[in-house]
Amino acid sequence: MTAAFPSVAYLVASFLFILSLKGLSQPATARRGNVLGSVGMALAIVVTALALYIPGSGAPAIPSPSTAMLLAGAIGIGCLIGAVLAARVAMTQMPELVAILHSFVGLAAVLVGIVSRMTAGTAAGAGGMVHDLEVAIGVFVGAVTFSGSIVAFLKLRGTLGGKPLLLPGRHLLNLVLAAASVILIAIQVSTHAPATAMTCLLGLTAIALVLGLHLVAAIGGGDMPVVVSILNSYSGWAAAAAGFMLSNDLLIITGALVGASGAILSYIMCVAMNRSIVGVIFGGFGAEAPAAGAAAAPGALGTVHETTVEEAAELLTTGQSAVVVPGYGMAVAQAQHAVRELTDVLLARGITVRYAIHPVAGRLPGHMNVLLAEAGVSYDIVKEMDEINDELPETDVVMVIGANDIVNPSALDDPGSPIYGMPILQVWKARRVIMLKRSLAAGYAGIDNPLCYRDNTLMLFGDAKQTVMKLLAVIPTLAR
Amino acid sequence: MPVAPATGPERLILGVPKEIHAGERRVAVVPRMAAKLTKLGFEVIVESGAGVGAAFLDPAYGEAGARIVPDAAAVWREADLVVKVREPEHDAASGHHEADLLKEGARLISFLWPAQNKELIERLARRKATVLAMDAVPRITRAQKLDALSAMANIAGYRAVIEAASLYGRLLGGQITAAGTIRPATVLVLGAGVAGLAAVGAAKSLGAIVKAFDTREAVREQVESLGGQFITFAFDEKGEGEGGYAKQMSDAYLAAEQEFIAGHAKDADIVITTALIPGKPAPKLLTSGAVVAMRTGSVVVDLAAEQGGNCALTERDRIVERYGVTIIGLTDLTSRLARQASELYSANIVHLLDEVMKDGRFALDLNDEVQRAMLVLNDGELMWPPPRPEVRAAAPLPPKQQPVQAASIERPARSPWVSRIGLAAAAAGLAAFGVFAPPALVPHVTVFLLACVVGWHVVWNVTPALHTPLMSVTNAISGIIVIGGMLLTAGPEVGLPHLLAAFAVLVSSINIAGGFLVTQRMLKMFRR
Repeated sequence: MTAAFPSVAYLVASFLFILSLKGLSQPATARRGNVLGSVGMALAIVVTALALYIPGSGAPAIPSPSTAMLLAGAIGIGCLIGAVLAARVAMTQMPELVAILHSFVGLAAVLVGIVSRMTAGTAAGAGGMVHDLEVAIGVFVGAVTFSGSIVAFLKLRGTLGGKPLLLPGRHLLNLVLAAASVILIAIQVSTHAPATAMTCLLGLTAIALVLGLHLVAAIGGGDMPVVVSILNSYSGWAAAAAGFMLSNDLLIITGALVGASGAILSYIMCVAMNRSIVGVIFGGFGAEAPAAGAAAAPGALGTVHETTVEEAAELLTTGQSAVVVPGYGMAVAQAQHAVRELTDVLLARGITVRYAIHPVAGRLPGHMNVLLAEAGVSYDIVKEMDEINDELPETDVVMVIGANDIVNPSALDDPGSPIYGMPILQVWKARRVIMLKRSLAAGYAGIDNPLCYRDNTLMLFGDAKQTVMKLLAVIPTLAR
Repeated sequence: MPVAPATGPERLILGVPKEIHAGERRVAVVPRMAAKLTKLGFEVIVESGAGVGAAFLDPAYGEAGARIVPDAAAVWREADLVVKVREPEHDAASGHHEADLLKEGARLISFLWPAQNKELIERLARRKATVLAMDAVPRITRAQKLDALSAMANIAGYRAVIEAASLYGRLLGGQITAAGTIRPATVLVLGAGVAGLAAVGAAKSLGAIVKAFDTREAVREQVESLGGQFITFAFDEKGEGEGGYAKQMSDAYLAAEQEFIAGHAKDADIVITTALIPGKPAPKLLTSGAVVAMRTGSVVVDLAAEQGGNCALTERDRIVERYGVTIIGLTDLTSRLARQASELYSANIVHLLDEVMKDGRFALDLNDEVQRAMLVLNDGELMWPPPRPEVRAAAPLPPKQQPVQAASIERPARSPWVSRIGLAAAAAGLAAFGVFAPPALVPHVTVFLLACVVGWHVVWNVTPALHTPLMSVTNAISGIIVIGGMLLTAGPEVGLPHLLAAFAVLVSSINIAGGFLVTQRMLKMFRR
């Protein structure tokens, strides 16, 4: 095997990754895309291993059986854990899983950077300095990704509250942390003493960890989908930085691919939510939120019209068209199967049923689509916000299941609201709205929802799944 | 809002007299709503025969818990609150003016048109009355359930089509039959407010080709949603006035508008005009010249007849034929659907009283935008016109949001200098890089930048449904960092660096396996 062989194999792997991402953009080719991606990954790993352990292939260091065992063990255990996680995770916990996986990439990038620094010794000259800089950048991005993803994970799990943590002078704090990082990077690059350099690198890691923590903590729960996507992008950049430090083109290409695609995805989502991407990256926007939320005491908004399962069933079956707006509450209650059954029953009665999906429903973009697909809802009747909004005024009943901020009229008419300007599903234009909700508590963005107090809104309190089950029990008793 | 019915002698008496206006067949309260009013804490009294015109007979009121009183005088004498449809007027039969019959300090709810009926308001003021005008409900979302004008306009629009169809000598819908082809009628609706939209819907459902004209571009969507074709013409003046009504336009505008309408009326079989401007005579949209040019046998229904008419040849309350065109100037169209109109009107009344009544007491809230707007007299004190609301009442439709499409995002126009400076900076940066960078780095940067461009393009058209799988697969792919870890584990023996590197390999392996497998799991579920 010649030294060129791994490079060619890496080229093939890069191609496969590009095809994989391309495939993932359309439902018809998505599965093939995923397979291509995993083939590319397997190829990359096998070729790297071969290159390391087959003599004469230009391996960077002489291998030993003990490191080979170590490597095999690490890959084996890692894959096993990953497989178990993937098999066990409930679809509703998807956002958490993705967030925690991002943190792994960040952690790996940090470790790779530090180890690279440890083994590089004291290479002097421009090449050495460039390498040091690459190491520093890789470690920095990796650490931000790591701690940021952990915070995102905890927020998504609900371990941490959804409300943004707004420290006084947080922008200054970010600035100070960034400046400190730059100084440490400068020292690390210019010093010739390995011990000093290592200290600086560890210090940089610590600062970057705090920065990542603080950046994500300052972002409100409602914006978590964008944050997850941005962290996804960061994990790509971290991999690319590792590629630079190891002079490995495959890492560079793949990292750049992931970084760029993650950035685009974040941008698309920011536009969909009418957010400034800069605001999300630097955290803590929507700082007026607490004031606005406090100003509108729930009682001031009017009367809540509560309804019963029987009345709701009657409304659903007597209308000609119904639109279901699922939200995170449906995911939490694991109600997607029951909801699908309900819509099947309605469809069988000749009622036009559609699902309306807000771009940021749930805690991850496309979250609802995944859940509905899991429940076996045909994606022909699953509509995007823009497709369905114009049709809502002609809809008899809209059933909002555990969604809140995405149907909050404040986004249109209350400039003081933190979600003002965000495009939303204008469900109140339908003749009736039935809102399934656990309580009158505010949504993830932490603000009250005037929709609950509208005259054509009927509130049906309770756990989404149980309520839908009750509806399913009542509907067959109603005359067609 | 649950209100326990108040008991005892202090229950307010709500009186419903029979309407005395000639041809008026509606009644302010129907039996079903009388029952609801009783629940709200009223004792409801109804003049015998009040609902006959709308086919609600006395026994039905009795069953609903109302008390039937023999004559109007008894209603007016007893009632603490009188609810009517039409404004009080002089009763030729008894020689009294209804307003004078009102008990001193009592309340009245009806259509009033306070701007046109100054003398009536003075009469009511002398009775120290508290008066709410059903025609003064502000056009805001919250008040829709009280909006009697809209409810009535809806009915009038529907009835206008029925009247026109009955006098138009042909079918409205097109058919191909053995006896020949029936051409569908063309209906032109002028003014797409509530009445106009109702007319569009009714005419469409009878099979006609419907065109609707309005100066407000905002109603295009509503017309089209009912299957009508929206027509408008370009003239530099916006038609949206205060409170969602159309506003008066300049003379030049009106002339251009008349010419435009004449052009369309020529080809129409039925023209229904519904254009009203609050407090002003109706705009003359259909000139006599336009009528002359219309086909013989065509029909014009002028819903603005009461305010002078939109058609120059309209005669109020009459059906006339001019130049071969039948022109209907009836003003009692809602009365011709008295049963339905009464039901809706009394529902509006109940919704209003539901808000006004607090624990069985009549308690007006002057801080409430809706009640304040409707209040004409408060214990005889003139309250009308209400102070202007601070915020302009929203038009019937909230402004349409710019649709955001993930696939084609248009950024707001930025100064060209931003991109020029950016370009210059990038060029300078690259030049500096070319001069100072170590040669070994250049190929890597090349690869990096090209890969960024590829990544950028590959994802642009992702469907939102696939965002989650895409993210999890890119996440798995970013596990490529495993390669970095692997390269660093290599060494002659196992030391701390190797252990750390191995740990990096381990966590990234979790990422790889977890990411790909969970994506696979997700994608399996996507089915058509």
